[in-house]
Amino acid sequence: MSDHSHNDNASHTSHGGGHAPPDSFEVRVLRQDSPGQASYWERHRVKYEPEMNVISVLQQIAAHATDVDGKRVAPVVWDCNCLEEVCGACTMLINGRVRQSCSALVDNLLAEHPGEIELSPMSKFPVVRDLMVDRGRLFRALQKVEAWIPVDGYYDMGPGPRQSQSTQEQTYPLSECMSCGCCLDACPQYLKVELTREEGESEADFEARKRAAYDEGFIGAHAISQVVLFNMNPTGKMQAGERLDAMMEEGGLMVCGNAQNCVAVCPKRIPLTTSIARAGRATTVRMVQKWFGK
Amino acid sequence: MAKKRVMIVGGGLAGLAAAMKLAEVGIEVDLMSLTPVKRSHSVCAQGGINSCNDLTRQQGDTEWKHFDDTVYGGDFLQHQPPVKEMAYWGPKIIDLMDRLGVTFNRTPEGFLDRRRFGGTLYKRTAFAGATTGQQLLYALDEQVRRWETAGMIKKYEFWDFLGPIVDDQGICRGCVGQDLVSMEIRSFPADGVIVASGGAGLIYGRSTMSMACTGSAASRCYQAGVKYGNPEFIQVHPTAVPGADKLRLMSESARGEGGRVWVPRTPHDPRNPMSIPETERYYFLEERYPKYGNLVPRDIATREIFDICVNEGLSVDKDRQCVYLDLTHIERSELNRKLGGILEIYEKFQGVDPRDTPMKIFPAVHYFMGGLWCDYQKSADGGLVVGSPKNQVTNIPNLYAIGECDYQYHGGNRLGANSLLSCIFSGLIVAPGVEALLQNSQGAAADLPASLFAQAKKQHQERHNQLLKNAGGENPYLVHQELGEVMTKAATVVRRNAQLEAAYETVSALQERARNCSLSDTGSWTNQNVVFTKALQDMFPMAKAILRGAILRDECRGAHYKPDFGMPALASTDDAARHQEAQEWCDRFEVNNQKFLKSTIATYTPSGPEITYEDIDTSLIPPRPRLYGLVGAEVIEQVWKERQAAKDSKSGNGAGVGGAGKVAATP
Ligand SMILES: Cc1cc2nc3c(=O)[nH]c(=O)nc-3n(C[C@H](O)[C@H](O)[C@H](O)COP(=O)(O)OP(=O)(O)OC[C@H]3O[C@@H](n4cnc5c(N)ncnc54)[C@H](O)[C@@H]3O)c2cc1C
Ligand code: SF4
Ligand code: SF4
Ligand code: FES
Repeated sequence: MSDHSHNDNASHTSHGGGHAPPDSFEVRVLRQDSPGQASYWERHRVKYEPEMNVISVLQQIAAHATDVDGKRVAPVVWDCNCLEEVCGACTMLINGRVRQSCSALVDNLLAEHPGEIELSPMSKFPVVRDLMVDRGRLFRALQKVEAWIPVDGYYDMGPGPRQSQSTQEQTYPLSECMSCGCCLDACPQYLKVELTREEGESEADFEARKRAAYDEGFIGAHAISQVVLFNMNPTGKMQAGERLDAMMEEGGLMVCGNAQNCVAVCPKRIPLTTSIARAGRATTVRMVQKWFGK
Repeated sequence: MAKKRVMIVGGGLAGLAAAMKLAEVGIEVDLMSLTPVKRSHSVCAQGGINSCNDLTRQQGDTEWKHFDDTVYGGDFLQHQPPVKEMAYWGPKIIDLMDRLGVTFNRTPEGFLDRRRFGGTLYKRTAFAGATTGQQLLYALDEQVRRWETAGMIKKYEFWDFLGPIVDDQGICRGCVGQDLVSMEIRSFPADGVIVASGGAGLIYGRSTMSMACTGSAASRCYQAGVKYGNPEFIQVHPTAVPGADKLRLMSESARGEGGRVWVPRTPHDPRNPMSIPETERYYFLEERYPKYGNLVPRDIATREIFDICVNEGLSVDKDRQCVYLDLTHIERSELNRKLGGILEIYEKFQGVDPRDTPMKIFPAVHYFMGGLWCDYQKSADGGLVVGSPKNQVTNIPNLYAIGECDYQYHGGNRLGANSLLSCIFSGLIVAPGVEALLQNSQGAAADLPASLFAQAKKQHQERHNQLLKNAGGENPYLVHQELGEVMTKAATVVRRNAQLEAAYETVSALQERARNCSLSDTGSWTNQNVVFTKALQDMFPMAKAILRGAILRDECRGAHYKPDFGMPALASTDDAARHQEAQEWCDRFEVNNQKFLKSTIATYTPSGPEITYEDIDTSLIPPRPRLYGLVGAEVIEQVWKERQAAKDSKSGNGAGVGGAGKVAATP
């Protein structure tokens, strides 16, 4: 893989050389109590410990639950699970850049921005509370493009089709997509869709209205890349046309303006622009085939 | 009549496998999970998944041998029929996952590539890069999404399972859950409830597990009356990277590729490790085990690293336990080629390049062999009757347990790459049984009197409201930290009764404190504080079961190591005397087995666990000593074989169906 400037492995920062670590540092968090309410900044002072990441910073804030002036505040809400950058849960904006908070090391952040770290929620998804957002739309896109292998069933039918090493080397990186949403947050074409449940609206009706609104918006780079993944699988190929059709609908591939922001922020270094180009060629062919009624 | 439905709690490998299989046979499923199921802990598994395969078969491997390795590795503490069935399903499960599109590594000819893992001689392990668990989980997640789109599965993500609903006949009729966003508490009628909630690493504070591995769901079932099996059996992985938030796994392959473990001979030597000369380094594994060196088995490596830090005081750092795992003597290019993926993880999270600086590692809690007790129906050939509603059912009818939260498959110790298999297997095997249950049961749970469900909801709502009001002054996060410290100290690698007893007292006191937590968030919208506090309170019954089980088990078995009750190595050098000693060793081994070759069964009571023991079905492979690394192992083995042969000729029996004659320990 080519190098990406976002991938700040600490090899850049010098350890043990020069500056002594600070005793503490300040963390500014953009908070919001619930959907639709105004957001506000809150400042916290956090004791420095070696090898901290943003998760351990948030854990410290939760344990102390006092702001920089010693005022009692509710612990900051955020989302995480694996803490090793493989589940995709902990995405947020850190010093203004979208990324995973579990792999954001405090030493590196303080080297970039001495003395202070700034945390805010992802900008393209509705805030649930504080740093937690609702990424349901991202999973809805996977339904829309039928991102699965349509096997006959789960009885024993022997092994799957043989596949070459080179196919595996192409599909494996795509299947590492952890639905974190970084690529969507950074994409200029991916616009926030936020709906609120109306008085008297049933849960099911609200869900249906949300789905429809999501389907009108851009599906995003991650879903395009999944289509490429499934269309490369020998069995998945059999439904390639349907997946391409879904990408040609409203909110599909043509919305992409090729800004390439997505690929620069993907923590899994998924070759998203390559996928987009491949999908573009495949949909063109599909379109031509359809004209000729094939 | 309302339609019958099944509730599955947990969407890791086990829960998702069960969900898709149930949907396939036309049963509608509700799927509840703390996290979106795609983010479940199963994504963390790196190494791979085991099965006998076409290649190993031609080298003499069979499903039976996989079964045997699993049982031997588990020190014979598991009922054998489910393990046998699992081993025989292994190849089919991997075929299925292959068909579902898992991007397994391939051979040049396009077959699945395999690697070798601990505890076996065969290359049984299929893998997908360094993220096998993630790839397997995604394949199942995709199938579940397919059924969700078709309307057969309804997901309740960001929901917390608060407990099963058990009617006055003791039958499970559904469960209560809480929406983590709106904090709404709701009763879900269900004709079968399947708990697939994974391990409980958070009881130990930090472990290699994910943040959702609180054990709360399993504990809530235990407190509702489900028996808890083998609580004291907890696997500790020798090499994890200590972090402020998590202990991240460092794969065994680092040692496999030549990594050397050492500490400075001077305690807490402040020098840069690279400038510490060879003579001032203590390569303790190489010195203590000249034959195996750094590649001693997992449990031995774990104990030695622990010993060097805790008993010898030779930890690298003063304020925290760790030793060096050193790869710096190996060429960079070679490291990148063979270990690239895992070294990147270290670099990413530690901010240090392990190609230039030795890594700092320490053992960490990794896997729960024990879990919710569950049943099975044995078939004529010693496996399971597929389609029996008894498979995986707990002692509460209609309530099932599968995956890491059950106690069924790994006995005293789990082999690497066997858990992903047991999770998928138990998910697939539970489905036809639950299908039969639904076919045979009268009426649907949803048609039962509403009062049953209202009452259950009310009870949980009251607990919730009470917690919000509490003003005892304790901080749940700090109580949790203390719990983790006590448990890690007393109930991990080396266990001593006095320490365990003391820990039990401390844990009881902490439990009182946890009842007096004041919340820093008393709101009713996405309140993580109250959810965590509930989970914390529910850790104590399990912690106590772990400790009590460990106190009462005065022996060494699998991961449970109590040096005060170990089996001695042979001391004599004279042949005849050695032979005699081995006879006595075997006598003692048999006496010990009569007492302890039994599952520990914990039953919840408010004043602490009640412990009983359950006989184990060892009808397929007779138990034999697990001797890895013991001085005199060959003689003991020899004597053991002679005794078995004598017994067999007396009773006229073979040693087992296909295991006959394979008594020797795997080298
Ligand atoms: C770092 C690491 C590496 C590993 N590598 C391997 C390997 O290479 N090979 C191998 O075989 N095994 C490996 N294991 C073990 C294996 O990954 C796990 O045992 C397995 O993934 C557990 O799967 P599961 O389906 O039982 O549960 P999990 O994947 O843990 O899922 C549990 C589910 O339950 C839900 N849940 C939990 N509590 C609640 C609640 N109160 N309410 C609602 N939902 C709840 C969670 O949200 C989640 O969806 C590894 C483990 C670790 C920690
Ligand atoms: S290339 Fe397309 S998907 Fe990627 S950021 Fe640009 S517009 Fe968005
Ligand atoms: S493509 Fe990359 S950035 Fe986008 S969701 Fe997947 S892993 Fe995240
Ligand atoms: S917590 Fe899983 S990606 Fe950060």
